[in-house]
Amino acid sequence: MTTATLSPATLSKAAFFEAQAVKAGARRNRLLSLPALIIIGIFGVLPLLIICVYSFLVAAPYGGVQWQFSTDAYLNFLFQRDIFDDTLQFTPDFLIIYLRSFLFAVVTTVICLLLGFPTAYFMATRPPAQRNWWVLLITIPFWSNLLVRTLAIMFIIRDEGLINNALLALGVIDKPITMLYTNFAIQLGLLYAFLPFMVLPLYSSLEKLDFRLIEAAYDLYATRRQVLWRVIIPLSKPGIIAGCLLVFIPALGAYVTPLILGGGVHLMIGDLIAQQFGSGRNWPLGCAQALILMAAVLVALFFYVRNTSGKVQHG
Amino acid sequence: MGIAFKSRVTAPQLPSRPAYGDNRTGTHLPPRAGSLNGVIVPEQPGKNAIEVRGVRKVFGTGENQVAALDTVSVSIRENEFFTLLGPSGCGKTTLLRLIAGFDFPSAGEILLHGQDIAPLPPFKRPVNTVFQSYALFPHMTVAQNIGFGLEMLGKPKGEIEARVAQMLKLVKMEALKARRTSQISGGQQQRVALARALAPQPKVLLLDEPLSALDYKLRKEMQIELKRLQHETGITFIFVTHDQEEALTMSDRIAVMSAGKILQVGSPRDIYDRPAERFVADFIGETNFLAGTVVSKKPGVATVKFASNATITAGYPEGFHPSGDVTLVVRPEHADLVPDPAKGTITGTLSNIVYFGTDTHYHVKLDGGDENFIVRHQNSRSNPVIYETGAKVGIQFEEDAARVLKD
Repeated sequence: MTTATLSPATLSKAAFFEAQAVKAGARRNRLLSLPALIIIGIFGVLPLLIICVYSFLVAAPYGGVQWQFSTDAYLNFLFQRDIFDDTLQFTPDFLIIYLRSFLFAVVTTVICLLLGFPTAYFMATRPPAQRNWWVLLITIPFWSNLLVRTLAIMFIIRDEGLINNALLALGVIDKPITMLYTNFAIQLGLLYAFLPFMVLPLYSSLEKLDFRLIEAAYDLYATRRQVLWRVIIPLSKPGIIAGCLLVFIPALGAYVTPLILGGGVHLMIGDLIAQQFGSGRNWPLGCAQALILMAAVLVALFFYVRNTSGKVQHG
Repeated sequence: MGIAFKSRVTAPQLPSRPAYGDNRTGTHLPPRAGSLNGVIVPEQPGKNAIEVRGVRKVFGTGENQVAALDTVSVSIRENEFFTLLGPSGCGKTTLLRLIAGFDFPSAGEILLHGQDIAPLPPFKRPVNTVFQSYALFPHMTVAQNIGFGLEMLGKPKGEIEARVAQMLKLVKMEALKARRTSQISGGQQQRVALARALAPQPKVLLLDEPLSALDYKLRKEMQIELKRLQHETGITFIFVTHDQEEALTMSDRIAVMSAGKILQVGSPRDIYDRPAERFVADFIGETNFLAGTVVSKKPGVATVKFASNATITAGYPEGFHPSGDVTLVVRPEHADLVPDPAKGTITGTLSNIVYFGTDTHYHVKLDGGDENFIVRHQNSRSNPVIYETGAKVGIQFEEDAARVLKD
């Protein structure tokens, strides 16, 4: 039967049923996405709302909150209320901790990228059968607890640790180098903890790279350096961005590593927020600090994505 | 696509043959040796653009060693459309990759205008490649792709722009220059790949089965287009294909390859009419093989007797000394059917008639054996089909139709 023989009535009926079918399909799709939406709602949105609400309440003396609206938590982030005359005084203490964390996170991300890129490139250029073994090697650290691994670093770098003992035995130094409880220790711990999060997305991006493009670039007079900058890096941009986000964001809020390796002396955002819920007994302040951190990350992300989206799309 | 080249070509500002030494510098300097941005400028314009001398390429080690190229030597002339033809795995792509510099020969040398380029990396050879997959950069526009080579050579921006515009015009892609390569069709990608490889004005352009991904009609169009580009740019083209028809229609000369060796080099006519080996005859076009015995021999011509006692004179390639039982090859169009079996050199029964539009194939089961013989008739108004299957027919050969070949 050709369309020419269909009466307008039949056609409109057909169109009606087709529209019905499309609607039913859309309904089914919504239904199928329900479990995901519920999980996101209960474990993502709801806790965030609670944090948001708590940040505008007043701290109860023994932890918890009193149901009374207040913006003190946010004011306390930058100012200190004078006990006598109730005036606000600017105190950069928290800001400094935030900046320090930010610096640690940036350094961690940059060094992870510099170390991770060649590693991922090496992995991606192995024969396919070998690659899975390399991926396995990279993921092995995940099999043990981060706390255990961090403590292991502690034992390696402490004054009587592996490194100092070895250097002393070799006569390179005559007294131990203090590494534990320093910025160096925190940085080392962060790098160690987050390097795999950089390598894996980079690897998955580089693995998909069409290596014939590299040959084409060589053929068109590009030197090795030019091939790297003009072809390999632009094409692995999605992996670079994913890796940087996966390292930067958790590094910014890292808690266990700085606490153990920094000995609690060098506070970072994670420790600071934890403190408010523990010894500080100031839940609203903790909530406010967490939200400020999140807002900062979101704003940074927003600008980053807006500036690079055009390139990412085609990378 | 038009047929007349001249009328539809608005000649771009390309010299039909690039002046020597002009290519890299962009100025009209006298030929000079040395290098520019590390890319070599050959000293002497020789008669041969590329000379491959005793090149071997071995892959793998120890037990698993495979010789992809087994001591190959060939000369490719300047301004020539040269085709490497052979089945997959014959080593043609390996040879192309050695000339491009993606691989290095295990032995032998590759000369570009007399200068050994075998040890040079690809970015130091004035040779560009059109890849089978096109390998266009997905993160760049059409124009950026075309300009990439010039940019890497460190040409000034104005010159790059002018040259890119020229190339866009040459391949008729001006309208799409700002597009991403993912936003254009396969045929258009092909054109961009060509323009990109031609833009730096290489001494030699290598083409690795560039048409294999295109559909039939587009492929025909691009064949004509490629010939036009070669003619206009005056660049030596080395074209790799497994498609014998493509090779015959486009090439000035063809090298037929098999199992890492070059079996024969010659013009399409040479290769088709005077194949040097049985493999060449079999690979290119359709061929009938007939068993016979050499009864006498003069220089270049042998008299061969069939089982039916009929005899025929057949040529043979130089350096080959046929004797005893041999195989004769006869092209289907070099033989003719006669209704009277008594008039044929050999006889048989018509087993099948296949109509191809332009011509008709008659399959003849030869008497005194299981051998099949195909005769091709050009169809025309004055040449009607008069045979029926099952008929006894004779087969006559045109002069020089049969050749004795090495197995």
